[in-house]
Amino acid sequence: MIKLKQKHIAMKNKLHLTCQTSALSELRTFLHGTLSEVQLNDIERHQVTLAVEEVCANLIIHSHSCNPKEKIELEILKNRNEVIFEITDQGEAFNLLDYDTPELKQVVEEKRKGGLGIILVKKIMDEIEFESKNGKNICRLIKIFPLRED
Amino acid sequence: MLQLEKQKKGNIDFLRLIGEVDASNSLLLDQSIQELIQEGISSLLIDGNKLNYISSAGLGVFMSYLEEFKEKGIRMVIFGLNDQVKEVFKILGLDKLIPLVNDQTEAEAHCYEE
Repeated sequence: MIKLKQKHIAMKNKLHLTCQTSALSELRTFLHGTLSEVQLNDIERHQVTLAVEEVCANLIIHSHSCNPKEKIELEILKNRNEVIFEITDQGEAFNLLDYDTPELKQVVEEKRKGGLGIILVKKIMDEIEFESKNGKNICRLIKIFPLRED
Repeated sequence: MLQLEKQKKGNIDFLRLIGEVDASNSLLLDQSIQELIQEGISSLLIDGNKLNYISSAGLGVFMSYLEEFKEKGIRMVIFGLNDQVKEVFKILGLDKLIPLVNDQTEAEAHCYEE
């Protein structure tokens, strides 16, 4: 019985996203549901949702050129004091860690619309990991939260 | 879903954002601001009372107009943002570049300041 229950929970924490920007609202709905039981306050939950969306939007637009035939996968793993978002895709590798975060001033002066997302992800998440092998890219975003007494 | 409503009150133009701005619809926000500039505006007040969410795609639209507004002497003020959305502006330091105020009255007062 217990095993069955765990399997059910694990399934609930996985989402396959179609590579088109209209899938982003579906992603937010999924995150809203999955994060509701995590010990984050409303502001933190909102920020974590935003960071995950920024990474997915980047992949959908830049690595997959909004091709609805392609998919990316998001898996959420919840531990005692952290939540891990594992985003897997098979497009051109986009390693967040290779990108310098632009200065805000630079963004304004160059009127560039990109770059802000990466700043947000780096400021919101506690750890970012990236690995790429056999044509598969995994971006892991980790948010750590203080343990609160129940 | 994003809905945009324009309204004029004297010399002040209002743009009300209803719903969520993300990479799927930020172009609509861009187009609305573009249209307002073409119509000729001096003050643009963004009503964020019903804005539930904004990602970098939407924030980037506001940022991309900052220089042009400065050159043309157009004032932009955002009002009514909820705490979650306001915090996103703050993480990026956008609150230092665009005045964020609580309500419409404060936003209008901003337009009359010299």
